[in-house]
Amino acid sequence: MAAIFLGVGAATALSPSNCFDSKKFQLSTRRSLSGRKPWFLVVRSDGSVNLGSNQRSRRTQQLITNAVATKADSAASTSASKQGHELLLFEALREGLEEEMDRDPHVCVMGEDVGHYGGSYKVTKGLADKYGDLRVLDTPIAENSFTGMGIGAAMTGLRPIVEGMNMGFLLLAFNQISNNCGMLHYTSGGQFTIPIVIRGPGGVGRQLGAEHSQRLESYFQSIPGIQMVACSTPYNAKGLMKAAIRSENPVILFEHVLLYNLKERIPDEEYICNLEEAEMVRPGEHVTILTYSRMRYHVMQAAKTLVNKGYDPEVIDIRSLKPFDLYTIGNSIKKTHRVLIVEECMRTGGIGASLTAAITENFHDYLDAPIVCLSSQDVPTPYAGTLEEWTVVQPAQIVTAVEQLCQ
Amino acid sequence: MATAYSSAKFVQPLSLNSTINGRSRDNSLFDPLKTGTSFLGSTRKLRVNSVHSNQGNVRRRLPVVAVSEVVKEKKVKSISNLLITKQEGLELYEDMILGRSFEDMCAQMYYRGKMFGFVHLYNGQEAVSTGFIKLLKKEDSVVSTYRDHVHALSKGVPARAVMSELFGKATGCCRGQGGSMHMFSKEHNLLGGFAFIGEGIPVATGAAFTSKYRREVLKEADCDHVTLAFFGDGTCNNGQFFECLNMAALWKLPIVFVVENNLWAIGMSHLRATSDPQIYKKGPAFGMPGFHVDGMDVLKVREVAKEAIERARRGEGPTLVECETYRFRGHSLADPDELRDPAEKARYAARDPITALKKYLIESSLASEAELKAIEKKIDEVVEDAVEFADESAPPPRSQLLENVFADPKGFGIGPDGRYRCEDPKFTEGTAHV
Repeated sequence: MAAIFLGVGAATALSPSNCFDSKKFQLSTRRSLSGRKPWFLVVRSDGSVNLGSNQRSRRTQQLITNAVATKADSAASTSASKQGHELLLFEALREGLEEEMDRDPHVCVMGEDVGHYGGSYKVTKGLADKYGDLRVLDTPIAENSFTGMGIGAAMTGLRPIVEGMNMGFLLLAFNQISNNCGMLHYTSGGQFTIPIVIRGPGGVGRQLGAEHSQRLESYFQSIPGIQMVACSTPYNAKGLMKAAIRSENPVILFEHVLLYNLKERIPDEEYICNLEEAEMVRPGEHVTILTYSRMRYHVMQAAKTLVNKGYDPEVIDIRSLKPFDLYTIGNSIKKTHRVLIVEECMRTGGIGASLTAAITENFHDYLDAPIVCLSSQDVPTPYAGTLEEWTVVQPAQIVTAVEQLCQ
Repeated sequence: MATAYSSAKFVQPLSLNSTINGRSRDNSLFDPLKTGTSFLGSTRKLRVNSVHSNQGNVRRRLPVVAVSEVVKEKKVKSISNLLITKQEGLELYEDMILGRSFEDMCAQMYYRGKMFGFVHLYNGQEAVSTGFIKLLKKEDSVVSTYRDHVHALSKGVPARAVMSELFGKATGCCRGQGGSMHMFSKEHNLLGGFAFIGEGIPVATGAAFTSKYRREVLKEADCDHVTLAFFGDGTCNNGQFFECLNMAALWKLPIVFVVENNLWAIGMSHLRATSDPQIYKKGPAFGMPGFHVDGMDVLKVREVAKEAIERARRGEGPTLVECETYRFRGHSLADPDELRDPAEKARYAARDPITALKKYLIESSLASEAELKAIEKKIDEVVEDAVEFADESAPPPRSQLLENVFADPKGFGIGPDGRYRCEDPKFTEGTAHV
């Protein structure tokens, strides 16, 4: 396996322990970001060493805008960009954020503990050292007001990224998100744009309790004028972050607490992911499984079992929670005629409920069976591990559902 | 410096640098209302700002005084320090007359069925809007509430655009999409117009943040734009108010928080809703000076406003200014206004800011009756013209329905046919369903 080290100066001595020592990794990251331009060292398992440089990658202007990865494509892309670097999802978010902050000085970050602390999930680690305390602003604990402040800043020319330490905290900012973020562009007759990005971790974690395990996508989805996207891999995390920052619309980027440490190799070249497009994870013939965020991994786990049992599921990560990519979804339904939606949202009024309605409206004639939607139960997420497991959709349930659907 | 203090009660933060120690030292200087009894209210005695005491910090309490006495006080001041030039005086007068005539016309139009919904009129509070906004540059920002018509007019939004907006026509400043409570103008840096109280204050804080950001991060050295946030007494019990006072003081943002304390939040008296009704005192709790000023006197407001705005421009941070004012009409045109004591209304009617300024201008020979009448006539014509323009303008066409939902219409997503939905001709027609 290969490991990446950000370092300044001579290469550090490498040992297996270095690879897994995350603390040390953080330290070296911090040093390099505050000092010279970062470069990185790729050590491959065969002992060969390559040198990479962010500077080089930034000069490469090749933008991959349509990043819908298919099975074949992902194989091609990894072979095409062997120089790609491996990182964790939170680092991918940071990389995207940093690239955009370098590119445009109007991009700034505000939120609780984003500056000196580096972000409660390390997404903004090192950025305050590099960009200063005003560009990476540590706010007091006042979600409604600092979200509103971000909106006012966006109206007057900045491009802020507001971080909710946990998406659940943004319930306090609902006033600003609904009235000002979503609607102000319209009520001002198009005079003011709000190019704000509101992001943060949500979803059910590991026994975090009911209030820290909320899925706010279902509450926000009715707000007109906003876009919502959910990232699920380091690749689309960085791509969506960059796209959201560049968008003139207010975008809410949902991250998931349990996905921050996913590792993936991503290209060195600059790329963005399309905000409105869904991602084809695994093409198939028998059933369309629509999912997003963490449930993608439960679905892929179930897919392994299903493949062994002889099924061929097509898995699509919808990514864009509002608006839905009806083209990708529609094409899939026209092929398989069966739909299973797997989501972490509550059963009532969740993304799955809306998606079911949208599919019924648009593709009813193509369905051979009723749409099955697996969502979390309408239960406040319990603390106890066993109970928590039963509120969320598990791979076994997905397998059963597909089997029933395909009878 | 003395002038500002003589026309307003002024409270400094107890100590601007450290947090704990200055209390006992400073308290005696800056706490005139120690007993905290009658501040303001319909059932209590009215307290007039009357402090010219040469003894420094002793404040006298006066009962209600007649307008002539108030004017006399002003006159005394005017000899010792000419507050305004003739040109300024006429500008202030014109602005206040515009505000008053416009609002009166709104009431007429509403009852004739030309405008709908919730309309909140500003009659009686003109001194605050004129006193503050006429000191601003075009690049400075103003954030208001639902009682925003006159703020818009003072900031420079043409009367035609505001009236059209109220009539719901496409030529309105927000293309008819905002209405009475959502006046916006990018050109004049009017950032709204908000229907929920308190939700504009963070937006104002954001605009001030941008100003600071421009100066310090983008290195635009001459950027000294100031933001004014206007809101009422009811809002001062709302969390967003306190949260923003904290942030603005913390980061020394170039903002002035202007409280238009007209004593009533629809039917809720300020005294019944607020544990400590002296709003200006809440500034120092957050580390910024708090001023209290007679909001029925445009010259006093202007003096204090000048201080506060200059302070912000210099980068010294925010100020909280509480203007004691009154609305002559109900909360909105739908409000029967039965709760307020007629005697209270009469007292304030006698302190009509326009009448007061008129008297001042004439008695200090800054302007003649004829000049002022000419201004009134001119404004009448402006307002009539605005109504005509609004009447004749067309309402928004169907095609406008979906235009401004997103700044980037790709946000409507990709349709089943693979094309972006906004490319569908039904979108430009406004007949597509979203």
